[in-house]
Amino acid sequence: MRIGIPKEPYSSQTLVAGTPDTVTKLIKLGYEVCVEAGAGTKANYFDDQYEAAGAQIVGKEEAWGADIVTCLDTPTEAELALIKPGATLLARMNPFGNKELPKMCADMGITALAMDAVPRLSRAQSLDVRSSMMNVAGYRAVIEAATEYGRLFTGQVTAAGKLPPAKVYVIGVGVAGLAAIGTASSMGAVVSATDVRPEVADQVESLGGTFVEIPVKQQSADGYAKALDEEQQKLTLAVYTEQAAKNDIVITTAAVPGRPAPLLITAEAVSHMKPGSVIVDMGASELGGNCELSRVGEVVHTPNGVSIIGYNDLAGRLPAQASQLYGQNIVNLLKLTTPQKDGCLVLNMDDEVQRGMTVTLDGQIMWPPPQVSVSAAPAQKAEEEALPEKPSKTGTKAIRGLWWKIVLGIIAAVLIVMSPASAASHYIVFMLACVVGFYVITNVTHTLHTPLMSETNAISGIIIVGAILQIGSDNPVIAALSFVAMSIAAINIFGGFRVTQRMLKMFERSSED
Amino acid sequence: MLETLLNTGFDLSSDALRPFLSIENLYYLLAAFFFILALASLSKQKTALQGNAFGIAGMTLALVAVILVSIVKDTRGVIITIVLMVAALVIGALYGLHKAKTVQMTEMPQLVAMLHSFVGASAVLVGFNSFLETPGLDLADATAASENAFHMGEVGLAVFIGAVTLTGSVIAYLKLAGKISGKPLSFPGRNFINLVLVLAILALIVWFVNTRGIEGGLLPLLLITVLSLGLGLLLVLGIGGGDMPVVVSMLNSYSGWAAAMAGFTLGNDLLIITGALVGSSGAYLSYVMCKGMNRSLVSVILGGFGGDAPKGAQTSSQATGEHTEITASEVAELLKNSKKVVITPGYGMAVAQAQFPVADLTRKLIGMGVDVKFGIHPVAGRMPGHMNVLLAEAKVPYDAVYEMDEINDDFEDVDTVLVIGANDTVNPSALSEPNSPIAGMPVLRVWEAKQVIVFKRSMGNAGYSGVQNPLFFNENTSMLLGDAKSSLEAIIAAL
Repeated sequence: MRIGIPKEPYSSQTLVAGTPDTVTKLIKLGYEVCVEAGAGTKANYFDDQYEAAGAQIVGKEEAWGADIVTCLDTPTEAELALIKPGATLLARMNPFGNKELPKMCADMGITALAMDAVPRLSRAQSLDVRSSMMNVAGYRAVIEAATEYGRLFTGQVTAAGKLPPAKVYVIGVGVAGLAAIGTASSMGAVVSATDVRPEVADQVESLGGTFVEIPVKQQSADGYAKALDEEQQKLTLAVYTEQAAKNDIVITTAAVPGRPAPLLITAEAVSHMKPGSVIVDMGASELGGNCELSRVGEVVHTPNGVSIIGYNDLAGRLPAQASQLYGQNIVNLLKLTTPQKDGCLVLNMDDEVQRGMTVTLDGQIMWPPPQVSVSAAPAQKAEEEALPEKPSKTGTKAIRGLWWKIVLGIIAAVLIVMSPASAASHYIVFMLACVVGFYVITNVTHTLHTPLMSETNAISGIIIVGAILQIGSDNPVIAALSFVAMSIAAINIFGGFRVTQRMLKMFERSSED
Repeated sequence: MLETLLNTGFDLSSDALRPFLSIENLYYLLAAFFFILALASLSKQKTALQGNAFGIAGMTLALVAVILVSIVKDTRGVIITIVLMVAALVIGALYGLHKAKTVQMTEMPQLVAMLHSFVGASAVLVGFNSFLETPGLDLADATAASENAFHMGEVGLAVFIGAVTLTGSVIAYLKLAGKISGKPLSFPGRNFINLVLVLAILALIVWFVNTRGIEGGLLPLLLITVLSLGLGLLLVLGIGGGDMPVVVSMLNSYSGWAAAMAGFTLGNDLLIITGALVGSSGAYLSYVMCKGMNRSLVSVILGGFGGDAPKGAQTSSQATGEHTEITASEVAELLKNSKKVVITPGYGMAVAQAQFPVADLTRKLIGMGVDVKFGIHPVAGRMPGHMNVLLAEAKVPYDAVYEMDEINDDFEDVDTVLVIGANDTVNPSALSEPNSPIAGMPVLRVWEAKQVIVFKRSMGNAGYSGVQNPLFFNENTSMLLGDAKSSLEAIIAAL
């Protein structure tokens, strides 16, 4: 099949959905790739680089007319008209907010996969463009803030006097928040952060920030923070206001999918901030931002000297690498959906990752997908790991595995209950040893299989203990048999250890080379 | 322990040892602990040597402890006992060390199989001795009677497992050493006969438990031994050479269970713990091997490749065609112009002793700026990890050695693949032919590379599974026929 990477229709968009590197990977999956002339120019990827990577450089119509079209955002109507029926569109489509989208795609008869609707499963992380873009954006938010701030981030004691470090406060510890915390603290700022989910405190601290608790606690089942009720909102706003006044830079990252961003910093809170402070509102959008005074795409300067950055294209300000990450997300998605690596897209609607992002399938509306829960409950994890197999198979396999365990358990129980007291303790020891033996070698590296076998061989020469205990018998037959047993067991012990030593020495040498 | 000693009476020399006896179990605990450490350390490259040291330390502790105990318990005369023990140890040590020193790395599977048989034999002998010391008794006390019955049952099981291990390992040894054919022996009703044997042995054990005295128990015990020896023979004779890695690690596991059963008969926890450690770790290793071949343990035990002979024959007749031959100097030219080379060795490399020229070639190519990697199939060779040992012996750096799963997706980027003495592990029909006996077995996808060179002695013989390999007739495959070692040397010379 042919993948088209068109030039982005929006003039503000600096990213491109594929880079020469990801094009190579797509071709490796068996696809043909065509790139619209000049598609990557804004991200510093030029046509000849794409050509060298194996892509064809084509015109606009051809790029949009490919079997699979991948771009950043829902295209404008002019471009949508170029997509042929039956094609597959991979883009960020905001299906949570854009209610007309499913119908529109269905009318066009296309398959639409929303890159921004990837379920938050650990398995799906590699194709989640929100994570990859927010990570870049979080970094850029700090850089923008530093530019606007007009002071040093890091504290210094110099001959000319002491400079205090900048104080950065991050609200919302998602991917963007974490990236911002890490960036700011590596630049020398004193960082604190807040989130409604108290369990992220450790993550904040691991990046060098301090966690500021708020009186509201939330358990997240889908990986996102949820909207708060009114009472909770009041309490948290008080904390934010207080912290904003204390800090020099406030970075807000709260965005609830499909809804206007929650208000975190009120006009009143801004008025209490020190002159020269900076607010970066990463939630800024046409629907409103995290800060009451922010304007999307602009920097607002308030009368009391606070700058409010409302850029919504932070990732786009690092176009080369953001494009690379986006393109890699696309590659990872196609890896998942091209099991044969033959360039044929196969969507599996039993896979909750693929199902979760499918808006329309061959012109049929699939949105909204069934709910997926991603809380960290262990049962869920097991299910996730078992996913690659067919569900029915997993079921019978689990039952079969269970059967064995039940049978073994019954045998063990019978042995322990039936056997005389003196023997029962031996069975217990035996069973524990079996378990230990199993666990100690579960992680053995494949290179060491042979030495491990000869070592266990030497150790099983322990049977000599039996022979030694019997050799002192006054029954000559027993003594003679023991003698033979002892001799051959000794061969095992000495030979086994010696040959293991010899092999391991070889491994040691080969690792030094 | 002390009470029994006080009752039986012992000579003066053991008086001094009495305090030692009370800490006998402590020694056992320490030894067992060392063994666990040994196995755990052996799973990592870095700590492996240390692991062997732990093993030796554990064994030394155990031997010292048990020798002292047996001297104390001695009922005949300390001097003779000591002389006997020293003599046995010296004989074993001399032979064992000699073997260990002289064995070729290519012969490791045979050595390991042989050593397994020794453990099996010892277990049988120890089982017999336990029986001779304490045969079935008529006891009035119910507890004592049930203890005695359990003891007898354990003796029966120990002899059973030991004997199966013994003959199974001997056959495995003979097959691996090429002294008998590696082809699976199959005849109608083989599995049925095996099943009957197992049931018969279990019935004999029941009979044995209910006998009284040495005279009564000797016959069933001998019968158990004979039938078990036969069972071991049949089991391994029926398994094909291609499944040998599984068999070797399975026998490893059996030898552990045999030791554990001997421990039960003697009521010795150290033997039980150590035996169980070896047994369960060996079982796990077998499982890993089976997964490498996409076969269940049961199907390996029930018969090797060739059980489906008619199907296999059908496939082999299909996959024929014209193969392309290539000369050593052409291969050298090809390698010079390659950027990425992957070498996939198989048992043939071991047979031809070609690991040293392979390593030389690798060094030479790396020196010329070629990226050389090794792709090892989990069941390449005749025992788990066989290829790794050979490559390590030839000083191939182990970070150039990759597992199948690590390298399988990269073959498309590879310019030249050298298949040295491997066949089934690179057979595309495992993936493409649902009727093939090796269908579903994961294989190295070498045919995705630009050029494949197969080193093979002649076109005549198929791999161990007896399946013809369509890879040889691919357009991008060239055959370099002849002894792998001399072929490699010719290539090195031409470079």
